[in-house]
Amino acid sequence: MIPVIEIINLSFNYGEIKVLEDINLTVPENSFVSIVGPNGAGKTTLMKILLGLVSYTKGDVRIFGNNPDKVDPSLIGYVPQIKTMDRSFPALAIELVSSGITRRWPWLIKGEQRKKALEALSLVNADKLANRTLSELSGGELQRVCLARSIVRNPKLVVLDEPASGIDAIGEADLYNLLEAYQQKSGATILMITHDWHVANHHSDFVLLLNRKQVSFGPPADSLSEQNLRFAFGHIGHVHKSKITN
Amino acid sequence: MFEIFSIEFMQRALIAGVLVGFLSGYYGVFIVQRGLGFLGSGLAHAAFGGVALGVLLNQEPLWIAVPFTILVAIGITWVKDKTNLGGDTTIGIFFSVSMALGVIFIFLKRQYSSDAFNYLFGSILSVTITDIIVPAILIIITLLLFPFWKRWAYSSFDRELAQTDRIPVILDDYLLSVLISVTVVVSIKVVGIVLIAAFLVIPPAAARLISRSFSKMTLLSIITGTVTALIGLWISYYLDVPSGATIILLQAFIFFFIMIISKRK
Repeated sequence: MIPVIEIINLSFNYGEIKVLEDINLTVPENSFVSIVGPNGAGKTTLMKILLGLVSYTKGDVRIFGNNPDKVDPSLIGYVPQIKTMDRSFPALAIELVSSGITRRWPWLIKGEQRKKALEALSLVNADKLANRTLSELSGGELQRVCLARSIVRNPKLVVLDEPASGIDAIGEADLYNLLEAYQQKSGATILMITHDWHVANHHSDFVLLLNRKQVSFGPPADSLSEQNLRFAFGHIGHVHKSKITN
Repeated sequence: MFEIFSIEFMQRALIAGVLVGFLSGYYGVFIVQRGLGFLGSGLAHAAFGGVALGVLLNQEPLWIAVPFTILVAIGITWVKDKTNLGGDTTIGIFFSVSMALGVIFIFLKRQYSSDAFNYLFGSILSVTITDIIVPAILIIITLLLFPFWKRWAYSSFDRELAQTDRIPVILDDYLLSVLISVTVVVSIKVVGIVLIAAFLVIPPAAARLISRSFSKMTLLSIITGTVTALIGLWISYYLDVPSGATIILLQAFIFFFIMIISKRK
């Protein structure tokens, strides 16, 4: 069976600066994977490589057996950080979701397209938000709409960039419940970028701990060992250690 | 009241006004949503370099200004893409170089040229049949390229999201900047180089105030651009005041009127 993601000896330099070095991992189907690391660890760069937005310097990356920039985009649902989104853009929530179906911005949303978009919004309990503009949504609501946008195309891989940023604790808990429910229903693989190792520990099947180099990759209990966390973050604090071992 | 429609130069001016009002309303939405307000101003001043070169070479200024401004637009997009410089810095460099070239070209002509001044402030008296044909061709191209609205709107909302869906955003940047540069050049006879930036920005900004979707903003911007150009030309004829300034003041009045009304709701 072709792995969802396969990375072999991946390195990426930005000029003289080594941003990523010697990354190796294989992600099987229907798994929840977190990429964890401090700011500047290369998480976003790795995500951009996986999405085909950045070309890598060395090694090989395969998504569903293809080069990242050759993968059918309908196989991937991407949820960007909501804090980077232009919420002043005149758009209804249903239009944003609809853009996930057509991979273009809609001029008009027609019958079947509207039905699909509403179904996706309903899956994340956001159908009542359909006709609100982006500026009328709270952070948590916008995050749910973005999730609906990513799953409306029934992707085999959902990629989330720091999904908890810009939303409150209740919204965050909601989001992870929705993600897990979607994964169970669809069998999709979830790939999440986060700096929060508690969240990764709680939700993931596999964790890549990164600090420019690959610190560890494996089940959270192994990957997020105290030694690995100290190596990646420099410190972990007494509260965190107890949470990880639980 | 309607004798305006029977005067030949006014007929040409009104047709040209409607055409460029449509174009500026359509392309203006991308300028506003992408935060490129300065681009309109920069390209208009770049067009001055082209116009002045046309005057110097005793050629129809429009035929020189169109390729000249397209080259400047491509140059701006290329430098923005290849460097870490901000868009305003890049536009500022090209803007001043083109303007400086324009000043030199006019100086080299060594005689008073009313043509160049017509372009600076707009002159409905000087609108020729060429000033109707070129925007008409651009409108046909725009309508043929209407499917691109969906791509441009997508990348105007979120460039990275559009890239993940394999939208060729850099190619689209070049295409949009070329089309905007031609829009600028064909609008300057009616509005004038000095006021063109406002002509590109006010209709979409007014439309933005009352639009809940980008498609409605586009439609309203086109309607505002077209109607204000028509009414502005009509007012300028009866009051015997410059057309460009009249159109812009009318657009500004509509913008503030909509702003006050929409705040009250």
